[in-house]
Amino acid sequence: MSGTALDPKTAPAFPIAARAAMKDSQLQRNVHHATQVIQTKRARVVAEMADWQELREAGEHIRRHTMEHLDFYLQEFEVNCARAGGIVHWATDAEEARQIVVGLVKASGSDEVIKIKSMTTEEIALNQALESEDIHPFETDLAELIIQLGRDQPSHIVVPALHKNRKQIKEIFQREMHLADLGDRPEDLADAARSFLREKFLHVRTGVSGANFLIAETGGVCVVESEGNGRMCLTLPETLITIAGIDKILPRFEDLEVMLQLLPRSATGERMNPYNSVWTGVHAGDGPQTFHVVLLDNGRTGILADWESRQTLHCIRCAACQNACPVYRQTGGHAYGSVYAGPIGAILTPQLQEMHYAQSLPYASSLCGACYEVCPVKINIPEVLIHLRQKVVEQNAAQVSNSFDIEALGMKAMAVTFRNERRFRAAQRMGRAAAKLLPRKDGWITWLPGMLGGWTQMRDLEEMPQETFRDWWQKREKDDR
Amino acid sequence: MDRGILLRTSLFITCYNDTLFPGTGKAVVRVLERLGHTVEFPRGQTCCGQMHYNTGYQAEAAPLLERFVTQFQDAEAVVIPSSSCVAMMRDHYPKMAARMGKPDLVTGVERLLPRVFEFSEFLTKRLGLEDVGAYYPRRVTYHASCHGLRNLSLGDGPMRLLKAVRGIELVELAGLAECCGFGGTFAVKNADVSGAMLAEKTAAVLDTKAEVCTACDNSCLMHIQGALHRQKTGVKTLHLAEILAGEEGAGS
Repeated sequence: MSGTALDPKTAPAFPIAARAAMKDSQLQRNVHHATQVIQTKRARVVAEMADWQELREAGEHIRRHTMEHLDFYLQEFEVNCARAGGIVHWATDAEEARQIVVGLVKASGSDEVIKIKSMTTEEIALNQALESEDIHPFETDLAELIIQLGRDQPSHIVVPALHKNRKQIKEIFQREMHLADLGDRPEDLADAARSFLREKFLHVRTGVSGANFLIAETGGVCVVESEGNGRMCLTLPETLITIAGIDKILPRFEDLEVMLQLLPRSATGERMNPYNSVWTGVHAGDGPQTFHVVLLDNGRTGILADWESRQTLHCIRCAACQNACPVYRQTGGHAYGSVYAGPIGAILTPQLQEMHYAQSLPYASSLCGACYEVCPVKINIPEVLIHLRQKVVEQNAAQVSNSFDIEALGMKAMAVTFRNERRFRAAQRMGRAAAKLLPRKDGWITWLPGMLGGWTQMRDLEEMPQETFRDWWQKREKDDR
Repeated sequence: MDRGILLRTSLFITCYNDTLFPGTGKAVVRVLERLGHTVEFPRGQTCCGQMHYNTGYQAEAAPLLERFVTQFQDAEAVVIPSSSCVAMMRDHYPKMAARMGKPDLVTGVERLLPRVFEFSEFLTKRLGLEDVGAYYPRRVTYHASCHGLRNLSLGDGPMRLLKAVRGIELVELAGLAECCGFGGTFAVKNADVSGAMLAEKTAAVLDTKAEVCTACDNSCLMHIQGALHRQKTGVKTLHLAEILAGEEGAGS
């Protein structure tokens, strides 16, 4: 049985979830360690590429061009995939996608499926839907297996069990695989998973995958992975069902030249993934004889329509931004309340929810820009975060119940003040007078009221100087005369 | 000390430096005048709009952009002792102006921005200076604010300025590229995460055994100083300009 899926609709606001997550010091240590290891590996393999910045630009260009002509390329993919023997389905939302997949699995005559790691299937909570129809999904990616057996949820796009360390994984495996004796060395854990999965690979007749890329020109699908479990799922079953967001399109096969350099280096710090699979339709006597692709919208067209945040869809899910993000590294992924955590999650999740939920996520960033710096396709995440913050503010302003919004009132009052120098000076004087009412000690303020209290939670604030710069300047000018 | 070309500079002090850190403004004036430049202070200046813009109040930020352009359009060089405010202008003013649908404003921003400099950048890039004749006999570490590091690409400019200061003992801060956790309203809205990031930064500062932590942005420093004071460490924070203003015999 899978655990309860992360759901932005019911998740607590980020600051609350973050506070809870940061109480788990083991989780913090695990996340710190793992992100540090991946970042170091990434930095090493990126540094050896003299043309890395040009590659990023090429990646950005391919993604922008694709999004500008997405309608065309999707149809091209559909035609070419069908011509090669694949069957293409279109799903408007998660519910429709779940129904299609459940129907296809039932039609395949199987009550079990083997799965390749796919965040898109996590996004639509596919495992829970399959289980409710008495279909048993087996995750075959090591990290996803850990998550599934632990009734846990993914906390990272590339390394879903990044928040668990070896000892914790060993305990999960021992308990769930009924192993009396198990070491916690990587090879012990890999051996255990291998024995557990081998028999599933050999007898389960239906496979479910996500996709890294859908190639419009050929109708092919590309999956890259490190463990080889994916290759098994793509070749052994009789029926293969691929679920992919409509944003996964690449126009041409040769675009992989750019993407397959950018993705592995950014994601796992490898020059190349150990397994790169591309398959096109079906081939008699070789691999699955029935092949379906479910193309999922689930909010993506809405993002496409907003030209200021359209670049969100350029994401190739490398998770470099998660590893680089100082906020993610403090909280881990679950605090984001979505399978998409970290900076990319902070912009993707609220938009997939059409801004009805997860409005605290665009604020879950200090706008430090580390995400933008490492993004292989140059998504300006800080710019999109700010754009989404504006949407949240506009949304709040439109709600009658929020007509007494202290933050909005304060911001508006300050904006009016800044529009006039005399008003600004008066506000400076008033601020100085008001500050005198606060508890102070030796020239430092140690407590602030209301939402400003967040400041004095960890920090003191030095008292305001008696003279502003402009007062000093004015005096100096007078003295000079 | 090579003085380079002499300019008529216009100081944009920024709202928070004006109110909370007048010493930084005085230091900027001191350094620029010592180098032979004239300093003007357009009276009508207030705020660049960064806090509003970054928090989502873009309609409120728009008139402040207009105000800035009006106040500074004739300046030979605008000098600003705040890396995040300069980043706000460079990264967002052009598209803000375009969105406002005022062609004159778009042109105004386009013409003005090449003359807008962050303080250290003005010294190193516009004037090509490293030694500004400063004396500061303390153990100092430098915090590279994210906006200075990433948005303005200040690189090692501030460090080169500091290295040329006589008497200074400069210690490198570990994790230079890591955010201190300030992030404007982030510090209040996500106080717990901001505090955890801050704790890592102050630990790194304390590891250097520096007496003073400096930066090109007082907003990061106010945040770092707040924790260093709360922890009773005795370590002070000081804007780069105040170190570069230091002079022998002046006391520091």
